[in-house]
Amino acid sequence: MNHITVNVDGVTYSDDVEPRMLLVHYLREVAGRTGTPIGCDTSNCGACTVLMSGADGQARSVKSCSMLAVQADGTRITTIEGLANGEWHPLQKAFREEHALQCGYCTPGMIMAAVDLLQENPQPTQQEVRDGLEGNLCRCTGYQNIVRAVQRAGREMAGQPAGEPGGSGERQQAGAAS
Amino acid sequence: MTATEAPGTGTPAAEIGRRRVRKEDTRLVTGQTNWTDNIRLPGMLHVSFLRSPFAHARINSVDVSAARETPGVFAAFAGADFAAEQGALPCAWPVTEDIVIPEHPPMAVDEVRYVGEIVACVVARDRYAAADALDAIDVDYEPLPPVLDMTEALKEGSPTVHAAGNKSFDWVFSGGDLDEAFRDAPVVIERTFRQQRLIPSAMEPRAVVCAAVGDEYTMWSATQIPHILRLMLAMVTGIPEQNIRVIAPDVGGGFGSKLQVTAEEVLTLLLARRLGKPVKWTESRSEGNMAVHHGRDQIQRLRLAADRDGRLRGLSVDLLADMGAYLMLVTPGVPLLGAFMFNAIYKMDAYSFKCTGVFTTKTPTDAYRGAGRPEATFGIERMMDELAVELDMDPLAVREKNWIRHEEFPFTTIAGLTYDSGNYEAATAKAREIFRYDELRKEQIERRAAGSPVQLGLGVSTYTEMCGLAPSRVLGSLSYGAGGWESASVRMLPTGKVEVVTGSSAHGQGHETAWSQIVADKLGVPFEDVRVLHGDTQVSPKGMDTYGSRSLTVGGVAVVGACAKVIDKAKVIAAAMLEASPDDLEWSPGRWSVRGDPEQGKTIAEIALATFAAHNLPDGVEPSLDSDATYDPDNFSFPHGTHLCATEVDTETGQVTIRSYVAVDDVGTVVNPLIVDGQVHGGIAQGIGQALFEEAAYDADGNLVTTTMADYLLPSAADLPVFQTGRTETPATSNPLGVKGVGEAGTIASTPAVVNAVIDALRPLGVRDVAMPCTPERVWRAIELARSGRSPDSGEAPSAAPAAAPASASGPTAESGQAQVSNPTGGAQ
Repeated sequence: MNHITVNVDGVTYSDDVEPRMLLVHYLREVAGRTGTPIGCDTSNCGACTVLMSGADGQARSVKSCSMLAVQADGTRITTIEGLANGEWHPLQKAFREEHALQCGYCTPGMIMAAVDLLQENPQPTQQEVRDGLEGNLCRCTGYQNIVRAVQRAGREMAGQPAGEPGGSGERQQAGAAS
Repeated sequence: MTATEAPGTGTPAAEIGRRRVRKEDTRLVTGQTNWTDNIRLPGMLHVSFLRSPFAHARINSVDVSAARETPGVFAAFAGADFAAEQGALPCAWPVTEDIVIPEHPPMAVDEVRYVGEIVACVVARDRYAAADALDAIDVDYEPLPPVLDMTEALKEGSPTVHAAGNKSFDWVFSGGDLDEAFRDAPVVIERTFRQQRLIPSAMEPRAVVCAAVGDEYTMWSATQIPHILRLMLAMVTGIPEQNIRVIAPDVGGGFGSKLQVTAEEVLTLLLARRLGKPVKWTESRSEGNMAVHHGRDQIQRLRLAADRDGRLRGLSVDLLADMGAYLMLVTPGVPLLGAFMFNAIYKMDAYSFKCTGVFTTKTPTDAYRGAGRPEATFGIERMMDELAVELDMDPLAVREKNWIRHEEFPFTTIAGLTYDSGNYEAATAKAREIFRYDELRKEQIERRAAGSPVQLGLGVSTYTEMCGLAPSRVLGSLSYGAGGWESASVRMLPTGKVEVVTGSSAHGQGHETAWSQIVADKLGVPFEDVRVLHGDTQVSPKGMDTYGSRSLTVGGVAVVGACAKVIDKAKVIAAAMLEASPDDLEWSPGRWSVRGDPEQGKTIAEIALATFAAHNLPDGVEPSLDSDATYDPDNFSFPHGTHLCATEVDTETGQVTIRSYVAVDDVGTVVNPLIVDGQVHGGIAQGIGQALFEEAAYDADGNLVTTTMADYLLPSAADLPVFQTGRTETPATSNPLGVKGVGEAGTIASTPAVVNAVIDALRPLGVRDVAMPCTPERVWRAIELARSGRSPDSGEAPSAAPAAAPASASGPTAESGQAQVSNPTGGAQ
C-alpha cells in the first residue's frame, strides 16, 4: 500500500491505496466521486477526463483511467462534481442550452476536456473544437451540438453574448416547412 | 397556476413543437447521475467472468479450486455448478416453425462457440480481487474448428457450430409475380453487398447489480428493457415474477445493445441467490466488445428488373444473415424487419425476399440501431444508384420515377404495408435546394474533365422506415413472443402537480422532457409541474420499453390516452363543484368551465385538490383522477426523408472526406425540435461510422481483433462534418399526435448516402463498389484494381457469388473482405 494525499473538488483526502489502483477507481470508489464514469479501458473514449493541477498550479485535463492513484499524490483534482462554483460553469449551461448531450455518459469527460481546451484557446473555431476534443468519444450526438456548446461557452467566458439558443456559429438550417 | 402563456395572447403556448432544453440535463451535466456502476450496497461482492479464448472448443474440465483459495474470493463457479438452475437464454422470436434454436446456457457447460463466451466466474470482495482470481482457474479445452464464413458454413461437410447444423432458418416472403417481372426485362441489375458486422458501442458499458433479500430480488441493470427483462428472468430462472424487481437507473445509451437478456444478468441474479449477498458486475470495454451482441452482418444478393425508362418491375432479395453462435432475444427477427423495407418508397410489380439465418462461431448478433431497416435501405438505395448509372439517368430522377407520389397515400406497398402518409417530393426538393445539388453536379463535371486527383461524389438516399414497433397483431403474425403496446399512467397530485408513469424506458432520448411537453399541453398545466417516472418495474409496472423508434409513437400516444381519461374524470367532479351539469361544461387547456360563462370554471389543480379532499364528490364517484391507458397501434409509422452527401475522394490516397451533408427528414409532428435534431445528428453519425470507419473483424482462428476502441473505430468530432438539417412535416394519420419516430432515421438514411457518394466520385475510374467500411486502404485498392483492368471476380473469389449475372448487368461484385471494383467499362454518369 502507498499513502497519498489528494485534493478532490476542494476536499483533502489522505488514503492508503494499492500501487496498481487506477486514479478513476480511486475517485469513484474511495473518494465517492461517481460523477466521473468509465467508458473504456484503453484511454480512447475520454469519459473519465478530469482536471489535475500539479506543482505549477496549472490545471490540465487528464484521462483518469490512464493514471494510477499514486501518481495523483500531491495534486488538486477537479471533477465534474466540483466544476460548478455557486452557479453552473458556462460549459455546463451551454451543454444544456445547445442539447450537447443525450445519454450523458460522455458528458463529464467532454466538459472537463473542453474546460482545458478553452483555457488554451478561448475562442476556438469549430474545427479547432473538433480537433481539440478528438480524444473524447460520444456515440449519441454526432458532436455537432457539442461543438456549438463549447463555442457558446467560450463566448460567454469572454464576456460576449452567448447568443440565442442555437443561433450561433455553425447554424443549421432547421425548421419545419409544413 | 396556468401554463406558460404565449406572448400577448393570454392563452397557453403550445408545448408540443417547442424547443425545450431537457429536464434530464440537470443531473447529467453536474455528475449527479445514477449509473448502475455507481451503486454500492452494504456487503456487496463483485463478480468477474472467465471467457473463452477459443472460437470453438469442447470443455473437458474446469477447475476453480485454486481461484477459491485466492485472497478476497468468496466463491468461484464453473458452468457445471449452475447447470441445474441456469436455464437457457431466451429467444423471443422463433421466426419459422422449424427454426433451430440451440440451447444457450448462460455459462457454458460442455462447449464454447465464440471468443468471449462465459465459462466460469469468481465472486470476490472487490473488482481487483475478482479479476485476479480468474488467472487461477484452469480450463482444459479441446479446440474444434471455427465456422467463420456464412457461405462456407452452409456447404455440405462444413464443420458445424451446433449438432443441428449451421442453418437456423429460411424465411421467405413475396408479393406479385417475380418471374413475370423479370421475364424479358430490358434492364436487370444484379449485385452482392456486404453489411459488415458492427459493435453498437454505447458509451456506458453494461453493468448489473442484484440484491437478494429473502426470496425477493432487486436487479439494477444498464438495460433498455426493464419490463421485458423482469419477465424473462422469471421465465429463465423460475423465480416468481412478483418476486423480481428490475430497475434501469440512468442508462448511458443502448442503440439496441441493451435490448437483450444477457448471460451476465441471469448469472448475477443466480449468484446473488446462491450467496445471499448483493452482487455486482461491471463490464470492461474490451470484454464488452466480445460479449455485447453485435449488429448487421449480412450478405445481400439483390436482383432488380426495370424498364428502359427507369420504371421498376421487380426486386429479388436473397440474404444470408449471420446469427453468430446463438439466437439471442430477437436475433432471427432482425433481418425480417428489413423484409418489408427493401421495396422502400418505390412502386414495383413484384418483390421477393428470402433470408437464411446462419450460425457461425462469432459473437451473437441482434438489434442495432435500425435493426434490419438500415440493411434494407442500403441495399435498395445502392441498387437505385446502380440503375441510374445503367440508364444514364440522374439518381434523383430514377427515384422520382418510382416513388409513391404524395397524392397516392395511403398506399399499400408490394410488401403489404400500408404507408399512411408521406411527401417524398417535398423532402427531396428541400434537400436538393439546401445541398445546392445542381451546382455540385457542375463542379463534379469540371473536376472530372480536369482529371483532378481529388474527385467529387454526390450520394443520394431517399428512405423510409417502419417505426413505432408495433401493432401487436402484426407481431403475432410474425411469430414474435409478445405484443407491441405501451402503457402510461397520469397521476394528479393534491397540489395540482402531475406524475406521469411511462412503460417506455429512456436511456438518452429525453422522455422526461418530451412527455412533460405532451402532458402540459393535454392537461393545460405548466411544463415544470410534470414529473415523468420510468425505468423501475415497481414504479412503472407495465411496459414494453424502448427500441424501434417506438417511444413517442406508441408510449407518447398512451400518455395522451391517459390524459384524456383524467380530463373526463375531472369533468364529473368539476360539474359537482360548479353545481352544473357535466353536459354543460367545456374544456379549455387546464380548465373545465360552464359553456357560455367562462368565468364559472375550475382549474385542473382545483379539481385535483377537491378530489383529494373528497368532501363533496357525487355519489359513486371515486376520489381519484388518476388514469391508466395502454396504446396498441393499428399500423406502423413511416418517417421518411432525403439525405444528400458530397464526398471528396483523394484518388491517390483513398482518403474520403465528407464535404457536406444535408438531411431533410419528415418525422411527422415534432414535439421538441431540439431533441429531434439531436437524434438526427447522432443517427447520421452512426450511419457514417458504418460507411467509413467501423467493422468488427475476426482473424482466421475466430478471434475478434477489434476488442478495443483503438481497433474498432468510432467516429470522433474531427471525423465528422457539419450536418445541415431540414424538415418537412407531414403528420402521421395513424396516431392522434401525428408523430412518426426519429430514433433510427439518421442511421438508416446515411450509410447508403455516403457510400453512394464515394462510388459516385470514383465511377469515371471504373470503380463500381467498395465494401464497407470505405477506409482509405479499401478505396485505394478499389481504384488500383479498376485501373489495372482486373475484375475483382477473377482475383479474390467472392465467398458467396450469386448465380451468373444476366447479360445486361456488369457481373457480380465480391462481398467480403477486401476492396472490390467492377468491370472498368461500367460507365461514368
